[in-house]
Order: sequence, then structure tokens, then C-alpha cells
Amino acid sequence: MIKAVMVMNTQGKTRLAKFYEYLPVEKQQELIRGVFAVLCSRAENVSNFIDAESIFGLDSRLVYKHFATLYFVFVFDSSENELAVLDLIQVFVETLDRCFKNVCELDVVFNYSKVHTILDVMIFGGQVVETSSSEIMKAVEEISKLEAASNSIALIPKSASGWRSR
Amino acid sequence: MGSQGGFYQSKEFLDLVKSIGEARSKAEEDRIVLGEIETLKRRISDPDIPKRKMKEYIIRLVYVEMLGHDASFGYIHAVKMTHDDSLLVKRTGYLAVTLFLNEDHDLIILIVNTIQKDLKSDNYLVVCTALNAVCKLINEETIPAVLPLVVELLAHPKEAVRKKAIMALHRFYQKSPSSVSHLVSNFRKRLCDNDPGVMGATLCPLFELITIDVNSYKDLVMSFVSILKQVTERRLPKAYDYHQMPAPFIQIKLLKILALLGSGDKQASENMYTVVGDIFRKCDSSSNIGNAVLYECICCVSSIYPNPKLLESAADAISRFLKSDSHNLKYMGIDALGRLIKISPEIAEQHQLAVIDCLEDPDDTLKRKTFELLYKMTKSTNVEVIVDRMIDYMISINDNHYKTEIASRCVELAEQFAPSNQWFIQTMNKVFAHAGDLVNTKVAHNLMRLIAEGFGEEDDTADSQLRSSAVESYLHILGEPKLPSVFLQVICWVLGEYGTADGRYSASYITGKLCDVAEAYSDDETVKAYAVTALMKIYAIEIAAGRKVDMLPECQALMEEFLASHSTDLQQRAYELQAVIGLDAHAVESIMPSDASCEDIEVDKALSFLNGYIQDSIEKGAQPYIPESERSGMLNISNFRNQDHHEASSHGLRFEAYELPNQTVQSRIPPASLASTELVPVPEPMYVRESYQTTIVPSASSDAGSTELKLRLDGVQKKWGRQTHSSATSTSSSTSQKTVNGITQVDGSNTSNSRTRETYDSRKQHVEVTPEKQKLAASLFGGSSKSEKKPATGHKIPKPSSHVVEKSHARKSSMEIASEKKASFQQPPDLLDFGEPTVKSAAPSVDPFKELEGLLEPTTQVASDENHGSTTAAAKSPDIMGLYTETHAGIYDKDDSDILSGLSNPPVTNMFGGTTSMQVAQSSKGPNLKDALEKDALVRQMGVTPSSPNPNLFKDLFG
Repeated sequence: MIKAVMVMNTQGKTRLAKFYEYLPVEKQQELIRGVFAVLCSRAENVSNFIDAESIFGLDSRLVYKHFATLYFVFVFDSSENELAVLDLIQVFVETLDRCFKNVCELDVVFNYSKVHTILDVMIFGGQVVETSSSEIMKAVEEISKLEAASNSIALIPKSASGWRSR
Repeated sequence: MGSQGGFYQSKEFLDLVKSIGEARSKAEEDRIVLGEIETLKRRISDPDIPKRKMKEYIIRLVYVEMLGHDASFGYIHAVKMTHDDSLLVKRTGYLAVTLFLNEDHDLIILIVNTIQKDLKSDNYLVVCTALNAVCKLINEETIPAVLPLVVELLAHPKEAVRKKAIMALHRFYQKSPSSVSHLVSNFRKRLCDNDPGVMGATLCPLFELITIDVNSYKDLVMSFVSILKQVTERRLPKAYDYHQMPAPFIQIKLLKILALLGSGDKQASENMYTVVGDIFRKCDSSSNIGNAVLYECICCVSSIYPNPKLLESAADAISRFLKSDSHNLKYMGIDALGRLIKISPEIAEQHQLAVIDCLEDPDDTLKRKTFELLYKMTKSTNVEVIVDRMIDYMISINDNHYKTEIASRCVELAEQFAPSNQWFIQTMNKVFAHAGDLVNTKVAHNLMRLIAEGFGEEDDTADSQLRSSAVESYLHILGEPKLPSVFLQVICWVLGEYGTADGRYSASYITGKLCDVAEAYSDDETVKAYAVTALMKIYAIEIAAGRKVDMLPECQALMEEFLASHSTDLQQRAYELQAVIGLDAHAVESIMPSDASCEDIEVDKALSFLNGYIQDSIEKGAQPYIPESERSGMLNISNFRNQDHHEASSHGLRFEAYELPNQTVQSRIPPASLASTELVPVPEPMYVRESYQTTIVPSASSDAGSTELKLRLDGVQKKWGRQTHSSATSTSSSTSQKTVNGITQVDGSNTSNSRTRETYDSRKQHVEVTPEKQKLAASLFGGSSKSEKKPATGHKIPKPSSHVVEKSHARKSSMEIASEKKASFQQPPDLLDFGEPTVKSAAPSVDPFKELEGLLEPTTQVASDENHGSTTAAAKSPDIMGLYTETHAGIYDKDDSDILSGLSNPPVTNMFGGTTSMQVAQSSKGPNLKDALEKDALVRQMGVTPSSPNPNLFKDLFG
């Protein structure tokens, strides 16, 4: 099971944090700080895996990938395979890149809810359910299409009534 | 899509993000966020804000909470948003709610109804969103409210919904296995879903169920094998391919499941050999995901009943991993090696140099993994080298968690394999000296016991040697400053027991040392207590031996201090010491017999020696003692508490309309129903009792009855209860013994083979290795080919008796032939061969994937238009490069304009090396340039610059 997904920048600012088991906010912050402290102490050209038991408790592993200014971190237990999770991060980032065309840190910050949508399509209740970047894109596009539609429907009556009352 | 590259949040939000990004300190950031919270508090409570604005505020709230600040004032607004009709608003509401609330939050009750409604929605996206919330927000009490709806969704026409419904059910199972135990068969049914995605999702819950109880799923072995076979034969739709691998994530899950099912089960394992062998052959070891599958194969092979051919392939794969330059692969290789050496220990030898390289690697993760491997392959011949290495590493790290772990491992290995007492004591001293406070006190107690008991041999001289070497080393160590408390306790104890035992040190010398300890560590009461008791023992031994005791002046001063100590424990010990010193030799010997720390002390629990006294008292008219259980008053209280507990667990919430009033009111009300009404705000409690009355089992205190009471849901009720559950969770032992047999067998068959390979390998490599490494390798691995030497004092090592090996060896040949025969006769089974009669509706007798392919053939053509770019990109490598150069170029543009605008951060100069190389790529990308420029212009207009010069996320994809 996947326990948490985090995205943080190289200065330690959290850009996205999703915990699949509920944790109080303070605990989340503590974990994020702990992870960041470990991440910055890692040299380049070392493995992408970290033994996370000291931060997350027994049976937890951590896989991270460093893209430009961002760290993508997945925390999970022994029922997942480290290399596969590494590829999962790749799928996630590839999807972000498709979605935002040349994704950069700012996209992640400003389209916070969209990034969550993508993640929700991929990982559901801590289990990986979708691993194909194009399938994820399809789902996300469908959602945003419908969202846009429902939004315009919601807006029309309002403006009409506003017009009438004038 | 509208969102591409555009930031459609308001200026305010951008300003917030920007100012936080520029904050110089945590305090400044906090100040900004607190200001934002104030703004949001004010705005959000405004009764008529437009929805769109509200949505943004909620997103800002989420952002604020992500930064670690309390946003609880806005939770209720997020809950309100989930009620909205607009999908966009609703989704935002659900997102915020799943991030904010936990399943036990008070507000959940307001959402359950909305979730119920949304689960029934015609719009499948609404259903998906609701299912998402179900996973996070539904707890054991509210499961029954949504369970029937979720079960219905298992048959939803949309595969995305089915997939999520499976996962939601899985989540319920994790939270409360008993409430969904009657639905577990649904997972089996969904395994033959027409959609491979749903099938793949089903593997998650099945994996967990099989982990808990292997035996009830043995019948699925053939199904899993045939699914895996079909996956590897590329019979899944192309959409499931990833980097030219057919559905690798499904393969990995299946291999994990097979590893569980085949563990210690020869028959089941034999069915797997062919398909696992196929994967070994087909797997592409050049891609990351290919290696992930290979690694999973190795894990599977090392878990199932061993097969020599597969073990060989696994060993080959491991050597490829270890020889790779990638740290990730080395890590996996080391891990896999650790698994495989349990079955065939000799394969470690051919990789000795690679292992040593990993041990010396700067990468901490790799190093730790390697230590784990060494820990697994420690024996009496290499224990010294390994433990020394571990201790060196332990000293070098700061991570307390890992320090503790490695220290306890050192202790364990030292206890198990120590070649000599001298070495053992020294090792323990090192561990205690460097990680003393982290070591479990149990370890210290073990050490004391070990020194007291010796190694369980008859040889008394060895034991006393051990003790005197311990005393000697401790006296030496006491000179060092700042020793950990636990270590000092051990030292005091040993000095007290054995300080004067061998006659080398006088009592006054030892007592002097003990007084020094008590003085030097005057703020540690435990150490002082140990020291006092040790002093008492020394004096007792002296008195018992008939020698005259002279208390040192410093010792006397110390005693006086302790007699007036604030700690009652210390006081008591000091008084006891005083009393003991005043006694004669005979009395002292019976109070404090020497070296009797391991003797059992007989305790008369009935206190029979007091019988006379009691008799006297009763004769004088005292009341006889009544045991607590027989006292009438107590009985009631404990019973009451019991009942109370049951009632508390029977509180439940109803999510359905109440029944119509019933006129015949019953007068007798069972206590449980009374309790369950308390929480439900209804005007006429009588009716509720009435309705419960119909379902209640009369004995309200019975456990099963009270859990059943919780919620009433028509149709579900009857299936509940423990009966179905108990039948599912029974037999789960046996079948683990067999592996022992298997291990010894493979040992026999593989040794000659790998031995030759190993010598060849090492000869080849020795040319380029430094002599130190060779030496290390020899000391780590060299020993294993020699016959194991019996350690000096003979510890509690379980020695494999040779005749067992021979016997199993003899049996093995016949078994192997049998197994090979069987394997060749085995027909490739049908996917749906479940032998389960209930599947009928969902299970066509044809291969579902084939059928699916048939179904999809015409539609994929159409659908793939959209999809086309991606699938072809995945298939042809040049296209991938195109994809990435595209991104690269775009990023360059961002950079470049940043520089021009003068807004960029100082470290930009570093980037010039990078940008020149990108120039080429850039020229060919027209439209993208515009895109990126626009984006950048917007960024600058907003006054936000990326905090680091190169926002290109894909940098590392180029290598």
C-alpha cells in the first residue's frame, strides 16, 4: 500500500502532500520535514531509495526522484516494489507534463486541485489503480470537460436572473 | 484544456504563493500565512459569496493547511460544497474534505448522506468522486450506510467505477474485516471481469487476503498462473503496455501473489515454474520496469518450492543487477541476494567483490541494505569481520533509529556466533560504549545473565575466565569519561558479583572504583542504586569469607549521603548495606550467597508461614478474609462495567428513515436498545425502541448480538455476524516445515556447479582489485567453503546434523524426477477454472481477454485516435526523444526570457552550460516556443519567478 505522496521543492517547501492514512496536520509537517532533511543530505548519483523506517515507522520504504527543482516522494510498504514505484513516479511526472505542457514547479502550485485529480486517478485508497499515462490523461480530460460544462450551466441561470431583476 | 499553462487563480492567491516563496525565514512565512488565514476567515463567513470565489477560498485553505497551519474554521464550508450540484464545486468540496477530515471527525455525519446520494448518481464521475471520499471518510460505524451501494457499483457498466468500487470494498475490509467478510467472494468474481484494469485492481485485495490466509486461496493458483501467462504473451490490449512491457504492474502483483501461494507448497509451485521461467527469458533487462519484474521473479523463485533451473536464472539476474552501474539495481541485487542465499547460500561467493563494493559505497541506503545481507549470511567463521564492520558503521552514523537497530543486530550476532569470550566481551563493550543509551535494557540484562550463566557448558574454568576478562575490561573502561547509563549498570553489577571472585583485585580496590562511579554519575539514580548493591555484595562476600571489612572513608561518606537521600530506593539500599555489614558470616551467607544470581528463588505464594498468626487473630475475634471475587459489592460493580462496555459498543447511527409509529408499546425495554437510542435525536424514543425490538437478540450483553445491533439495513442484516467470518479465518498453519527439506536439497545439487563458477569469476576479477578488498572478501566469504569450525566455547548454534542432509538428499532425487514428470503432464489451464459455482453470471467460458480483444478491435481504432500519439511514442524510441526534446526546448525558453528580464535568481549562471546544448533543439520547435513565452510572460506579469533557475522537470530524463 502507498502511504503517502509528497512533492516538495529543493528548498523544502511543500508543493503537494497526500497521506493515505489520516494523520494530524502537525504530524504531517513533522514527517515532511523529516523527509526533506534526509533528501537534502543525499548526494547525486546515489540510489533513489531510502530506508524510511526511522521516519514513518516499521515496514516503510521511500522512493524519490529529483526533477529540476522538485522532489517527488512516494512512501509505501513492503507490498510494493521499489523499482515499480520509481516508474510510477515517472508516470506521474509524465502525466503532469502532458497535462501542463512543459510542467514546471509553478504549475504544480497553481493547479493544485488538478494535480490531486491526476493522483486520484492513479492511486485510489493507497492502491495503484492506473499506470498508463494516456489513460490517466483521458480520465482527467473527461473530468475537466464535465466540470467546465457543469460550471457554465450553473452560471447561466444566475446571470439570467440577475438580468431579469435589473 | 483551459488549464494548460494558464493560471486561472486570482491575483491574491498568486501574491500569497509568491510572498511565501520569497519569505526569508519560517517566522516570516508564518506571519504571511496567519494574515491569509485572517482574510479567509472574514471572507468565507460572508453569506453570499459566489460559488466560484468560494471554490478558490477552499483551495487556499487547503494550501494553508498543507503549510502546516490550522484551517479547521473552514471545514464546514468544505462540507457544504460537497452538497453542491455543480460538479466542479462538488469535486473541490470532496477534495478539501478528504484532505481535511479523518474518518472519526464530527462533520463526517453531514457528508454521509451526500455520499449516499452521489453514489447513486447517473453521472459516473460523480460516483467516482464519491467513491474516492468513501475510501477516506467512512469508518467502521458508517460502513453499513454505504456498503449496499458500493456492492451494487461492482456491476456498474463503467470499468472505472467497478475498479474503484473494488478498492472501496478493499478499504472497508482493511478497516473492519468482519463487516464485509460475507462479501469477500466478490473479489474472486471480479477477478474474471471483462476489463483487465478491473482484474488488475482486484489483485490488490486478493494479495492482502492471501497474505492473511493462504490456504483458502490455493484453488486460485491455476487461474493466477494462466492470467500471468496471458499477460506475458501480450494478450492484453496495447493500452496496458508500459515501455514495451505487457502490463508490468499487473505482472508484479501476480508474481507477488504466486510467491505467497507457492511458499512451501510443492504442488502449487510446480504449476508456476513454466511461466516464471518464461518471464525470466522474455524480460527486458534494459528498462527500469523490466528489472522491477525481474526482481519480483527472483523474490517469487526464492519463496516458492525451489527449482534448480529457476534458481540458476535468478542467480544470473542477480549478477546482472550487481554488475550494473545503477545504484538502484545494485540495491535490488543485494536485496534479492539476501533472499536467495536462504535457499542456496553458495551463490553469495561469486558476488563477494560486488558486495564489498556496495559496502564501501557512499550511498547510505545501499550500505544499509548490504549490512542487512551480511547479517543474514553471518556464521561463526566471518562473524568477527562483519560485526567489526557493523560497529564501525554504527559509530559513524547519527541516525538513532538505525543505530539502535544495528546495535541490537551486533549483539544478536555476537551472542550467537562469538568465537571467543574475550571477543564477545570486547564487542559488547564497544556496542555499549557507543550506543549504550539506545540499546534495549533487555540486551543489558541478557549480557549480565550470559556472564553469570556462562555459555551453558559444564566447563567452569571457561566461565570464570569469561568473568575475569569481563571484570578486567570493565575496570579498564571505567577510566573513560561519560559512559552510557545502561553500560554503567552492567559494569556495576558485574563488578559486584565477580569483582573479587578470581582474587586478582582486592575488595578495597573494587569498592573504591564503585564509589568513584557513584560519585561521578551522581545525577543518575539507577546507576547509584546498582553501585550500592554492588558494594553490598562485595562486603557480603568478604564477610562470608571470614575477612575483616574496613569500609573506605569515601564509601562511608557516600553511604551517609544516601541514607539521607530523597530517593527512597537509594535510602533503603543504604540501610540494607548498613544492616548487612553488622551481621555475622553465617547470616550474611544466607542473605547474600555468592554467585547465586541465577538461582531460582522459591516463593511461597500462599504465605503459609503466616498461618499461625492468622489462627491467633481469628481466635481473638478478627474477621476472616474474604477474597475479592466473593465479595458481593464488588461483583455488581464489575458486572456493571462490563455491561456498560457492551452498550457503548452498540451505539450506532441510523441512516434510514424511522419506521412508522406502532401503537402496541411494549413495556419491557432491554438495556441495549435503551443505550442505542441515546445518540439519535428523535422526538419519540419509544418508536425507536420498538423498531429495534424486532431485531434484537434478547441477551443484550452477548457480544455478537450487540455488534449486530449497530445499524439496520434491509437485506444485509441476515448475512452478518461472526459465523461466515469464522469459517473464513481458520486453518492457517502447517505447510511451513517443508521448506527446510527444500533448502537442504538444493544445497546438495548446486554446490559443485557454483563452486567452479565462483573460482573462475574471482580469478578473473582479482586482477583489478586491491589487496585489502581481497582480504576482506576472503574473510567475509572465504570461510563458507570450509567446513564450519566449532567455536571455542560452543554456543547455542543450531547445528545441522549431517545425517538429515544426507537423508533428504537421497529423497530428493526421486522427488525431483516425480516433479519433472508432473510438470510435463500439466496442461495450461483455463483462466476461469475456479471451481466456484456462484460465478456463473459473470463468467463466460471463453477467455475474457480474447473476448475483450475481439470487442475492442473496432472501437480501439476509433478511440486510439486520441490515444495515438502516446501509444506510438511508447512503441518507437525516436518518438520518445522527440517528446522530451520538446519539453526541453520549452524549458529553455522560460529560462532564457528569465535571464533577459533580469528577474532571475543569481544561480542562473550555472545554467549557461545547459542552455547552449538546448539551442539546437529549440530551433525546431515553433509553436511550443510561443506557448512557453506566453506562460513566462504571465509569470512575470504576476511577479512570480520560479525559485530556481531551471524549472525543467525532465532534466534527468536526458541522462
